[in-house]
Amino acid sequence: MSEQLSNARLVKRLLFTVVAMFAFGFAMVPLYDVMCDALGINGKTSGTAYQQETEYIDENRTVRVQFLATNAEGMSWSFGPQADELSLHPGETREVLFHASNPTDHPMVAQAIPSVAPSKAAAYFHKTECFCFTQQVLQPGESVMMPVRFIVDPALPKDVKHLTLAYTLFDVSDRMPEKLAMSAPQAN
Amino acid sequence: MSAVIDHHHADHAHGPAKGMMRWVLTTNHKDIGTMYLWFSFAMFLLGGSMAMVIRAELFQPGLQLVQPEFFNQMTTTHGLIMVFGAVMPAFVGLANWMIPLMVGAPDMALPRMNNFSFWLLPMAFGLLVSTLFMEGGGPNFGWTFYAPLSTTYAPPSVTFFIFAIHLAGISSIMGAINIIATILNLRAPGMTLMKMPLFVWTWLITAFLLIAVMPVLAGVVTMMLMDIHFGTSFFNAAGGGDPVMFQHIFWFFGHPEVYIMILPAFGAVSQIIPTFSRKPLFGYTSMVYATAAIAFLSFIVWAHHMFTVGIPITGELFFMYATMLIAVPTGVKVFNWVSTMFRGALTFETPMLFAIAFVILFTIGGFSGLMLAIAPADFQYHDTYFVVAHFHYVLVPGAIFGIFASAYYWLPKWTGHMYDETLGKTHFWMSFIGMNLAFFPMHFVGLAGMPRRIPDYNIMFANFNMVSSIGAFMFGATQLLFLFIVIKCIKGGPKAAANPWEGAEGLEWTVPSPAPYHTFTTPPEVK
Repeated sequence: MSEQLSNARLVKRLLFTVVAMFAFGFAMVPLYDVMCDALGINGKTSGTAYQQETEYIDENRTVRVQFLATNAEGMSWSFGPQADELSLHPGETREVLFHASNPTDHPMVAQAIPSVAPSKAAAYFHKTECFCFTQQVLQPGESVMMPVRFIVDPALPKDVKHLTLAYTLFDVSDRMPEKLAMSAPQAN
Repeated sequence: MSAVIDHHHADHAHGPAKGMMRWVLTTNHKDIGTMYLWFSFAMFLLGGSMAMVIRAELFQPGLQLVQPEFFNQMTTTHGLIMVFGAVMPAFVGLANWMIPLMVGAPDMALPRMNNFSFWLLPMAFGLLVSTLFMEGGGPNFGWTFYAPLSTTYAPPSVTFFIFAIHLAGISSIMGAINIIATILNLRAPGMTLMKMPLFVWTWLITAFLLIAVMPVLAGVVTMMLMDIHFGTSFFNAAGGGDPVMFQHIFWFFGHPEVYIMILPAFGAVSQIIPTFSRKPLFGYTSMVYATAAIAFLSFIVWAHHMFTVGIPITGELFFMYATMLIAVPTGVKVFNWVSTMFRGALTFETPMLFAIAFVILFTIGGFSGLMLAIAPADFQYHDTYFVVAHFHYVLVPGAIFGIFASAYYWLPKWTGHMYDETLGKTHFWMSFIGMNLAFFPMHFVGLAGMPRRIPDYNIMFANFNMVSSIGAFMFGATQLLFLFIVIKCIKGGPKAAANPWEGAEGLEWTVPSPAPYHTFTTPPEVK
């Protein structure tokens, strides 16, 4: 009899482990973001505007920032930066414009996802304003100029002399029906 | 306790039920073990015929036999069927048959669940194989099913693939729970943990690995399901997700998984080598601790599969050193096997031949693994045939030779007959030569840059690929000989004694051959 009981107890414990590990699989999702944030890896930049303005500008140092724009598969917009690259001093606020236009005959919603290379520089790349913080809705044939304002932190590691800000533009019209609906009256 | 035994006698004292329903309803560990073994052999032949399609297409450069879309489905389903359908169920089958006999238990601890966990498998693989006949074809994204290839760009049949993985996963988890409960609760009096045969030890550790990582696999395919059907963005960058995260979660499962496929083989070989060396196993305790160390390390090395995705340098270094550390306990094991054979009275029956080939060839696979562990070198090797050569060297002469060795070793116990030794040795040598011909040249074409999972290649790789294909056909055809040997052994042959091997030790050899339908209904005494 005692054996039967201990079987049931053991199985209960093992099943609990199974459930816990299933939950752990899902816990890895937020954990992954926390780790990437904390360690400044993966080239992910912050998804919200940088508030604090740095006073100090490091005039002795010049960093090249290169801009890339890519369309994800199935995205038909024309999309690109106005300037391919800028040279700047860490600490100064600069702005660059990206143009986007919708050549199709239907309104579309787009989301740009930024990434910084080398990935260790991502934590030092602060955007005070970015079109990537929100989605863009464009009517058929409409064009728009979209600003990015950013500061490269003077604390940027010394060996980084050149960094790349890359945007990938995704078509998210299917995911954002309400945004399309809001713009519908104009479209008709 | 006595009430339990009486009940047992009243119900089952008459031997197996008659007819088909015996197999459908059975809760007998030997019946279920047999079904697992036949099922895994059927899957081995099915996955093997897919490998034959792959090698036939790669026999010459250019596209001859199949379209690239179908080729992709072949590489994917070959991997999935071999991993989840052939190797894992074969070891569960061996565990079902042998663990109760080895620890002196009357049956598995949870016999009804045992029946259920077996019968889930034909459902899972029926579902998986049926996807090949669906519109858009079966899974074509590689057995690692990286997102977004397996989500955004997957064929519509991917949902069936996800459910097949769920079912196979549930089956493995239940099998593992059953094995842990049997080992921890049903050992004969006197059988302390450190007196358990090594096959039992390695399976106990494997079962814990299964319980830890199969739920993570279930989690990752559930996330895929949600991304595909419920509009979430776990792996979709447009919605804030990250495809690289898929690889982290997958390999958190995937690396322990490769040890799930090899640890029971370590255990089986640790039974077989002492038998045919007529010496006790050298370093039993260190074997147990080495197995546990490998299992622990398998959890902290997963990113060595992802060196090229762009992880920071400190990460690369950590995963590189942690991976290399696995060579230490593995080296302990190889040392112990060799020391067991050293100055032993060796004979070379078929199980021993497979076991020795296991030690040598698995070590070669381990060394190419060490090369791949070197992060800067991995940038050269990543996704080439060198990787294919590496994991086939650890899985074919590793896991599969381990299974063959076990099958020959315990066939007399299962069937009551000796297998045909000449045919067994023929099977070994044909497999050995075929396997090396098939996989050794892959090292060279891989180092020269031939990418994996592509149906065509540069003509400079033509000769090596032709050799590989000839070896693969030889290896494949030889397995039909194994089928013949097993059937012949079941039908007849010289009578096997209770202990047909001169040097074999252990409780399984104290029961008659073939093992009666019910064994150890009264627990044996272990000194």
